[in-house]
Amino acid sequence: MTRPKVAFFDFSCCEGCQLQVANIGETLLDVLALVELVEFREVMSEKWSGRYTVTFAEGSINNEESAQKLRMLRDRSDILVAYGSCAATGGVNGMQNRIPRDNLISTVYGDQWGGGETKTVRAIHQVVKVDYTLFGCPINPSEFLSLLKAILGGISWHASDNAVCVECKFNENVCMYDRGATCLGPITRGGCNAWCVNNGNVCYGCRGMVSNPNRAGAEEVLLTHGLKPELIAAKMGMYTGALEAGNGK
Amino acid sequence: MASRNLSINVEFITRVEGHGHIVIDMDEGVLKSCQLKVVEAPRFFEALLVGRSIFEAQHITSRICGICACGHSLASIQAAEDAIGFIPSEQTVLLRKLLLHLENLDSHILHIYLLAAPDLVGVKSFMGLMKDHSGAVRRALRMKKYCNDACDILVGRHVHPISCVVGGFTKLPGLKELKGMHALLTLIREDLPPTVELVSSLKFPDFVRETEYVALVNDSGEYPMLMGDIGSTDGVRKPKGEYRSITNEFVVPHSSAKHTRLSRSSYAVGALARFNLNHDKLHPKAKELAASLGLKPVCANPYLNSAAQLVECVHCSEEAISIVEHFMANGLDQTEVALGGLNEKGAIPVRAGNGVGCVEVPRGILFHNYEVDDRGIITSANCIIPTGQNLQNIEDDMEKLVPEILDRSDEEITLALEMLVRAYDPCISCSTHFLEVKFVNR
Repeated sequence: MTRPKVAFFDFSCCEGCQLQVANIGETLLDVLALVELVEFREVMSEKWSGRYTVTFAEGSINNEESAQKLRMLRDRSDILVAYGSCAATGGVNGMQNRIPRDNLISTVYGDQWGGGETKTVRAIHQVVKVDYTLFGCPINPSEFLSLLKAILGGISWHASDNAVCVECKFNENVCMYDRGATCLGPITRGGCNAWCVNNGNVCYGCRGMVSNPNRAGAEEVLLTHGLKPELIAAKMGMYTGALEAGNGK
Repeated sequence: MASRNLSINVEFITRVEGHGHIVIDMDEGVLKSCQLKVVEAPRFFEALLVGRSIFEAQHITSRICGICACGHSLASIQAAEDAIGFIPSEQTVLLRKLLLHLENLDSHILHIYLLAAPDLVGVKSFMGLMKDHSGAVRRALRMKKYCNDACDILVGRHVHPISCVVGGFTKLPGLKELKGMHALLTLIREDLPPTVELVSSLKFPDFVRETEYVALVNDSGEYPMLMGDIGSTDGVRKPKGEYRSITNEFVVPHSSAKHTRLSRSSYAVGALARFNLNHDKLHPKAKELAASLGLKPVCANPYLNSAAQLVECVHCSEEAISIVEHFMANGLDQTEVALGGLNEKGAIPVRAGNGVGCVEVPRGILFHNYEVDDRGIITSANCIIPTGQNLQNIEDDMEKLVPEILDRSDEEITLALEMLVRAYDPCISCSTHFLEVKFVNR
């Protein structure tokens, strides 16, 4: 029996989500016994010209060249996974969309911009159909393994759609609002097991919003602590800029 | 041979972080171009920071790079604290040094085993290494996991650390956590001798080009990683605030990353630069290893950067163990725990200012510079990344190397060039991203 062909590709990103694969230790070798890793530019020079069973695409789409490559990957892949925040929601790259492109260029390059194509940032699903999405900046390695196992076993898999607060409560963390900080846990998609709050920091909303956020509840929390609801909206923009109205195709 | 035409065009060089091409064009023996093109789409981080709180800078700039996220975090925090005039506690500084040692260890192990070694063994990737060196691959993955697990304990995770923030750490290890880190570091220490054995068995290409090496320097006995002045092998020494007069950035038409130069046409940063400037301050075990590898300052063979990385692995693991043992013996002041978020409670006083962070991260000296207003809102930001500083030096290396190896086939020349670029362990998505070799006209 031939093993499923698995590949990793990156668009505009930090490649940290791919690195998470190398960070699972020797378990990686168990995974590699079940699949055939055919392309992974960050750590491999091998290339593959056939069909991919599962393609993991990291990064957001910032120019037409990337969009074309992504469409090609979609055509050649049985299953396409949006891999990590930049692919899933545009990630921190999405912040670009809140700033006029001329300002971006002049701030970084002054009058020495050499051209080159740079466009509105898009998440992967804003360009092609996506079969699965792994949220998170970075992705959670155990969630990656659970998705891969589900795909290989033909079992259905869904990304978590409860707020980070739910997981945070199970972990018995002291609420960051009670400690005096503004946290995006009430409206952010979980599945990370409240990773940041467990480590003493606030939730920055890296997984984007849950599909049906309890806005009234979140506003109540903010008002109870004397904070303005606009604050949470501005903070959420760190990861969801690419999904805001007027963006995308 | 003198009238040879050569055209190399490597698109999207592999086993480096980010997207880049190598383009070589030689017409009748005359080298017309020798370029390392950075083709990464710009991510505009400096512009994204403007208007945001200085307390968000670490979270955002960590995302510049997944491999050296802890390094960016530390440079960012140092710049932020310098800007607002916050002085970290001794305990915080020591924990940051520990984090930086873990960062350098983790990244060097990844580079030595998975990115550089395959070329030297003659295979395409760690998948090829599995055939005859499966023990080495297992060891590499294991060592990397130990580093990661130690980072998990200290800052929540290695890729985009959670608990190192402006002001200190949002969680502090207790005795149980310290013991956990100690056990992991001891396992790394045990895996280092076979790593040395592997590297000693590899044959590094013989190529030498004198250049200027730049790294942190200091007047103490400590091998400078987190703090110091900026020094060079050509005798330059300046405080970190004058970093712009070190980097002298300039734009080249073929790259979306800026180039740098100091006393010569180019300079190099990274493990080899640090070794060349501060060799006498390494841990005795690291010095011993350098001697046994035949690595002597000033070493001008860029391929030996991987050997210098290995020497640093020994240094960093020993120093990390000492720091952990210090805390195991003396305990930590748990009241120093910092609160994450936007400093909503005003625990940290904020003032307007301009601050520089200057840290030795795996690929070399990294600069972050922020200007903030009196509310702590960033008004301008500048980040100068090690790989960007190495770009001109790599091109100068290629220019000397190509004529020396013209008797080889296209494939062999291409491989030698790719190996050269990989030796610098470039981080292209940082520099904005890089590598494909293009032979244009051979």
